[in-house]
Formats: sequence, C-alpha cells, structure tokens
Amino acid sequence: MTLWFVPYLVAAWLFGWGLYGIVSSRNLVHLVLCLALLQTATYVLLMGIGWRAGGVAPVLVGTHPGQSVVDPIVQALMLTDIVVEATVMALLLAMAVQLYERLGTVDPACMRVLRG
Amino acid sequence: MSFSAILPPIPVALPLLTAALLGFGGKHTPRRLADAIAIAVATLVTCATIYLAIEAAHHPIVYWFGGWKLRSGVPLGIAFVVDEAGAILASTGGLLTTLALLFSLHYFDSVGALFHALMLIFLAGVCGFCLTGDLFNLFVWFELMSAAAFGLCAYKAEEPAPLQGAINFAVTNTIGAFFIVVGLALLYGRTGALNLAELGRAIGPTPDLLVVIAFFSLTLAFLVKGAIVPFHFWLADAHAVAPTPVCVLFSGIMVELGIFGIVRVHSAIFAGVLPVPGGLRDVFLVAGGITAVLGAVMAFAQRHLKRLLAYSTASHMGIALSAWALASPKGLAGGIAYLVGHGLTKAALFLSAGLVLHTLRDVDEIKLRGRGRSHPLVGAILALAALGLAGAPWGTLLGDSLLDDLAMKQHLHGFVIISWFAGIVTAAAALRAAGRIFLGFGAREPEAPDVGGIEGEAPETAPSPRRVPVPMLLAPIAALICGTLWNLWPPLRQSIANAAGQLADHAGYLARVLRGAQAESIAPHLAPPSWVHAVIPPLAALALAFLTLARSRLPFAMRRRAAGKLNIFWRPLRRLHSGHVGDQVAWLTFGAALFAVAFALLYR
Repeated sequence: MTLWFVPYLVAAWLFGWGLYGIVSSRNLVHLVLCLALLQTATYVLLMGIGWRAGGVAPVLVGTHPGQSVVDPIVQALMLTDIVVEATVMALLLAMAVQLYERLGTVDPACMRVLRG
Repeated sequence: MSFSAILPPIPVALPLLTAALLGFGGKHTPRRLADAIAIAVATLVTCATIYLAIEAAHHPIVYWFGGWKLRSGVPLGIAFVVDEAGAILASTGGLLTTLALLFSLHYFDSVGALFHALMLIFLAGVCGFCLTGDLFNLFVWFELMSAAAFGLCAYKAEEPAPLQGAINFAVTNTIGAFFIVVGLALLYGRTGALNLAELGRAIGPTPDLLVVIAFFSLTLAFLVKGAIVPFHFWLADAHAVAPTPVCVLFSGIMVELGIFGIVRVHSAIFAGVLPVPGGLRDVFLVAGGITAVLGAVMAFAQRHLKRLLAYSTASHMGIALSAWALASPKGLAGGIAYLVGHGLTKAALFLSAGLVLHTLRDVDEIKLRGRGRSHPLVGAILALAALGLAGAPWGTLLGDSLLDDLAMKQHLHGFVIISWFAGIVTAAAALRAAGRIFLGFGAREPEAPDVGGIEGEAPETAPSPRRVPVPMLLAPIAALICGTLWNLWPPLRQSIANAAGQLADHAGYLARVLRGAQAESIAPHLAPPSWVHAVIPPLAALALAFLTLARSRLPFAMRRRAAGKLNIFWRPLRRLHSGHVGDQVAWLTFGAALFAVAFALLYR
C-alpha cells in the first residue's frame, strides 16, 4: 500500500481549516480552538515523518534484532511541541476570559481599542 | 578544563532556576528582595555572555549537554555553539534586561515577584536562542521567549487594551512558530538530523523542492517575529499596550532576534545549498525596503509615543533585513552593528517614554503639548535618543555607515536612499513628539484626528510629584553610553568583524562543530564610521521635526493642500491597521503566499 502521503494531506487540511477559522472567527474561544486545530497539523506531520513501513512502537524490549520500529525522536519532538502549545493555549484562554470580564464580549470585531 | 568550557549553559540555567524560585516564592517574596535577586542575575548573565563573546573571538565554543559528544563524527546530543554574533546578541539581551529591571524598581508596587520571574524567563529564552546549535532546541527557546513575552505583554490585565494587544501578538506569533516546526520536520525527514551543523552537512549541495520549502517555512517564522511587512501588525499593538520596561525588551532584542534567526539558520544550514546572491537577495531587499518605508510613514502618523516608537522599530528591521540580503561579510557586520545599535538607542527611547508616562501620566503627544516644560532632563534624554535613530554616535551610526558604504559599492542606490529616509523620518517623528511635549512647539490641535488608537494610557507607577527617581534616569543614560561605546570603541568593532567573519564562514562552522577544527574565520576589515552619517541625517531629522511643528506658520493655502494630499495617503494606511486579529492573520496568510510565490519562481 502506498498511502504514505495521507498524513501530509491531513496536515495540510488541518492547517487550512485552522487558518480559515482564525481569520473568520467571531468568538475568541472559537479562535483559540482553531489555533489549537492548526497546531495539530504539526503533530500529524511529525507522526507522518516518523512512520516506517512495518514498524512497531519503539519499545525495544522483546523485539528481535532487525525489527523495524517507527522513529521515536519525532514522537519526543511532538510531545515537547504539545507542551509548548498547551502553555500558549492556556495563556490565550485566560486572556479571553479576562477580556470577557472587562468588555462583556468575546467577539474580536467588537474589540477596537487598538487601531491606526 | 577551562572556564569557558563550562560557562555556556549558565546564561540559560541561572535565570531559569531563579525564575522558578521567584515564581515559587510568588507573592510572599519581599519586593525589594525580588528586585535585588533579578537585577543580580541579569547582571551575571550579561557578564557571562560578554566573557563568552571574548572567548569566542577566534572560533565558536562548542558545548555538548550531558557529555553527549560526537560519536564517529555524528552528533547524538544537543549542543550549544557559542559564536561571536550569538554571544554579542545574548549580552545585549542581558544588558537590556538589567536596564529594564533597574527602570522598573518603581513599577507595579502591587505585585510580587512574578514580573521578575517572567523577565528572567524571557532572558533565558533570548540567551538560549542566541547560543544554541540545534534546530529543535532553537524552536523551544524561541517559544519560551514568546510565551514569556505574551505574559509580559498582558501584564496590565485589568485593562482591555493590553489583553487585546497580547491576543493579537500571541495568535500571530504562534502561527509564525508553527512554520518553524514544519521546516524542522521536513529537514529532519530528509536528513535525520537536528543539529544545525549536521543539517548543513547532510542537506547536500543541490537544492530541491523540499529544501526550498523548509527554508521558506523557517524564514517565514522569523519574518513574523522580525515584523517585516505584511507581518508587522502585531508589533504596534503589542508595544502600545505592554508595560514600558517590557517594550524595551521587545524592541531592543526580541524583534532583532527574528532577523538574527534568519541569518543563523541560513548561515549554518542553507548557505551551501541556497546561497543568497541571486534572486533571493532581491526578494529580501524589496521586502526590507517596503518595511522600512511603511514603518517610517506609519511612525510619523502616530501621536501615541509608544506606538510611534513601535512603528519605527518595524522600519529599522526592514533595513536590518536588507543588510543581510547584501550578502557579504561586510553586510553581516553592518547588520550586527545596526541591530545592536538600534536596540540600545530604542531601549533609551522606550525608557524615556516610560519617564514621560511617569512624570506626565500620559504618552499622547497632542494632549501633552507643552506640559513637559518642568522636566527638561527627560526631554533632553528623549531627544538625544531620538537622534540615535538617524545615526547619531549612540545609535545606528556604525551600522548605517558600513551598510551605505557597501550598498554604494554594489550600486544599490535605492537602499541608501531608503535607509536615510527611514532614519530621518523615524527620528523626526520622535523629535517632533519631544519638541511638542517638552517645548510646547506646534499649534494646538484640538481637531487632530484620533490616530493613537488607545483611549488614555493608564500610568504604570504611583505618582511622585517630587523629582524623577534616580534609577529611572540612570537606565536610559546607561543605554546611550553603551550605544556610544558600541559605535566608537575599536575593540568592539573588531568583535563585530569577527562575528561577521564567523557567520559568513559556513564551512568553518561545520568543521568546528563536527570535527572540532581550530581554524579561524577571516574577519572583514571594518572602517571606522564616517562622520557624514553622524552629522547630516540627525540634522535633517531635526529640520524635518521643526518644519512639522512650525507647520501652522506656513501660508494657509499651502498647509491645507499638503494636509489634504497626505490624508489621501494616510487614511487607507491607517484603516489597514485595524487591530482585528482576523485581519492580521489574513495579512499573514497573504504575505506567506506572496513569499511562497517568490520562492517558487526563484527555484523553479
């Protein structure tokens, strides 16, 4: 089976929808979730890159020599990436809550304190 | 084992550990103790990075974390590769953090040590970004710096404006950082390496589609951070709302690191496979030129002092990007001189804007007209620092002089014109503000359109009717003194030359990291700055500022015609800067597509 390109398509799809959601969003919480969606594109991309045909999970206990395993480094990278992005998401959601308390709205179009 | 062999991790480990302790202590840490600890740590980091810069003068210092050295020429662990340029920028970051902390001694009386913790985390991110020799590590430091910056930007969370500015800043920059991961994932998929030098070796000499896309993605991420048009929208919003000491770090080092990121990634990985001379050079020269002009024009149109300075930062980053595109060791030297010189003088400017906010309780140029007469010293510092933007000896003199010289040799007269224009117009905008606030020049303008954007800037300090506190005055003066040294002291010029030589020496970097070679890179010879640049642009800026303020004395018909013409030009520009996060991301997408088309045409 040559479906190696599927993860890349899915990554591009997620990125596109995330971006569209951010640009058109009328609600900050929705916007932050779209940003999270956009970030998941990198996870899929990294997973796709680490995939090996016939590979098993990279736990080497009990496997015989020569057994193909998927790349564990990209999984470590992905985990780090998730941690970093979770921080940013939490921060953004906290800001959205604060903004709602101050302005009574979460619509970015109604926040015009900065312009020009 | 020499001292420099164990020093490289200190500039990141020390602030991170201290920040963790300060965060743990939280509100129970006495304020003055937190101040003392934070300033001491920032000073130590500055000293350590300066020591590293001295040690790295001949060849980069390579430090493998956990002793995971090369095994048969293949890097297994994560390395810090301390080259001269990285160490110089890290020490600039340390110095500016020290000054910002010194300045904020009288800030935010209500909060505990969390502000200090965030500042130190930011500093650790800056140092890690400058010193690392590993691409994923670079991304992590970049994100650490960004996350701390988002928090610092929204620090005055009791008002809506900082929250909106921080959200714009965080969303656009997170999308930017997304592209670093894409780039590094593609490169890793191709080569199986993350070490910068190993990537540079494994990527091979012939460019193909994947290499071009990876370079495009990495560049795009740094262009967003470097506030190049059309990715610059977040910059003014973040600067206008962040506390003034934080603006010092944003404009003084963070944005600069966006430009440096491109240089670092290109010189370590792509210099062999995608050399800059050729079409790539024109793409970056045009992008830099547009940024320089648009930033200067927008700066001139502002009345909110911090927003004015933010647009001027965008303008100067355009020049710095072009400096790299000049593609020679001398251009790199000019770029480094320009980045640090601009950082120091812009720090002094933001610190004096902070002084204005402290003494006059506002930063709106029109509202404050003539109200600064009782604070001549603050006005003098603001005006002096503003002259630095045009190339006075405490500002961008050395960078301007080297770059213009080189551009003339390459017959790029357009670059010279744009760099003079950007310097003169941005300096004139700040000088105009200084003249209006501290001398009461210019007509009363009740009918002036509200262009600043923020309704009222809340003061950040408790009112002190007496004198300005000494540490707050010392900080901008120290920045100006350091700027003068940077531009005029010959030993520093030699280290700029060494830094540029190392950055231009792709093969030397690879040999140093992968084989431990001891060869020294060839440093370009740098002429001392020419006095033409130190005198003419500052005088021109003074003249332009004076003309703008004396506008009301011009004959009425001429004035109205000029105003009408300019409004046709300015109003749509202002409307573009809508402060809407969706618009900003749409522009980001548009810019990305534009750059993608340019890259695709170049590497068909």
